[in-house]
Amino acid sequence: MLLLQCPHCLEARSEEEFDYAGEAHIQRPATDVSDAEWADYLYFRSNPQGRHCEMWVHTAGCRRYFNVVRDTVSYDVLAVYPIGERERESLVGKPPP
Amino acid sequence: MERYSLFGLLKHALHHHEDWPRAWRDAEPRSSYDVVIVGGGGHGLATAYYLAKVHGISDVAVVEKGWLGGGNTGRNTTIVRSNYLRDEAAWLYDFALELWPDLSRELNFNVMFSPRGVLNLGHTLQEMRDIERRVNANRLNGIDGEVLSPAELEARVPLLNCSASARYPVLGASWQPRGGVARHDAVAWGYARAADALGVDLIQQTPVTGIRVEDGRVAGVETDRGLIAARKVACVVAGHSGVLAAMAGLRLPIESRPLQALVSEPLKPCLDTVVMSNAVHCYISQADKGDLVIGAGADGYTGYGQRGSFHIIEHSLAAVCELFPAFSRVRMNRQWGGIVDICPDACPIIGKTPVGGLYFNCGWGTGGFKSTPGSGYVFADTIAHDRPHPLAAPFALSRFERGALIDEHGAAGVAH
Repeated sequence: MLLLQCPHCLEARSEEEFDYAGEAHIQRPATDVSDAEWADYLYFRSNPQGRHCEMWVHTAGCRRYFNVVRDTVSYDVLAVYPIGERERESLVGKPPP
Repeated sequence: MERYSLFGLLKHALHHHEDWPRAWRDAEPRSSYDVVIVGGGGHGLATAYYLAKVHGISDVAVVEKGWLGGGNTGRNTTIVRSNYLRDEAAWLYDFALELWPDLSRELNFNVMFSPRGVLNLGHTLQEMRDIERRVNANRLNGIDGEVLSPAELEARVPLLNCSASARYPVLGASWQPRGGVARHDAVAWGYARAADALGVDLIQQTPVTGIRVEDGRVAGVETDRGLIAARKVACVVAGHSGVLAAMAGLRLPIESRPLQALVSEPLKPCLDTVVMSNAVHCYISQADKGDLVIGAGADGYTGYGQRGSFHIIEHSLAAVCELFPAFSRVRMNRQWGGIVDICPDACPIIGKTPVGGLYFNCGWGTGGFKSTPGSGYVFADTIAHDRPHPLAAPFALSRFERGALIDEHGAAGVAH
């Protein structure tokens, strides 16, 4: 059971209030890309065993989206930050403490 | 290999069953093989068996990081069925289903396949329409199926709550008589023993740490016991496929999630078929030794923790109590979570990759066990001839570029 703190509501709540919304920071490519690049954008995911940037939506709360950096093995939540920010992405490359 | 038979049983009884030989050798890895299969689960072992048996390729090693059948093969609800909606999926799963009845004899190992039928319940008008459509599609593909009314269901499964006053009343079900359950461990052990007898090396407790690629072709796998060179490498590692693909510089359209199941204390025989429900989300059958085997859902998010969220099993057990009020006092014995590899279209990826000589068989998601024999058969054929088996061709990785997805999410009782 995850405990997530929505950056808009500022309160730690159970994962049942939230929905996972997929990997974060995926940029939609220009429309003239190859089929392979388009498929990569639509379907291919990093799916790492370790730190992962992902989007969540506070479905049973403010219904707003936000980003989370989470470890997919230990399930530790390392950072929670609003959509549009990207600086926490650097956490993904770092070795665990 | 000593053949298992009634005569053998009597012979060993004379020695108090203390002199049974090992079922397979504990092989030391050689420096090179024709084919290295990464992953010693049911699919990997079946692939090794059919490579040796059908294609005469026995210079094969199966490299497993833990023990044989210790991953999802040993962590599933053992349901076997083929009532998939889409033609490509129906053909593949039914090919697998056809191999089940004769599997025990073929492997000389009792896999306890029990074709006790599979029910998929419908709880809404729309669900019943979908069920009718799926059963019609199945019958056009030569797959057995019937739509049952609540009265017929009540007669078949007396403990099922078919009353109109249920929170989500059961309006009917699809029924596939040829479906059923099998003993999951026995499937892994049977394939392992038969493959070993044909000369396949089974190498356990050996994690693969890297895939060596030279000039766009695979050269072998690196393990913690050194490099094992191979002309062809086949990866069949379910939830960890993405991790292995990354070792070869590939990406996959897969997200890995824990899928949970649980078993109860043993009960007297009370449920002689398999009952699945998408809407309230649970599936349940009774094992031969009496425990209820209950399947829950997959977690909503990517994860490699082999446990799963508590609210998922809470939800499924609420559904079990609703469908089978008599089970509300049954205590649960064990719960486990296996990491499943879910594709965007809930269908597997079988075949070649952009790296020469490297093959992947993954993405079976929440329903791989049922197809173990068929998956192994078509994958072995694909590896042996370096081209997709006709049944596997639609499941190529390239389908995502072509937009030729085989959408089985929700279509075939895949509720996750």
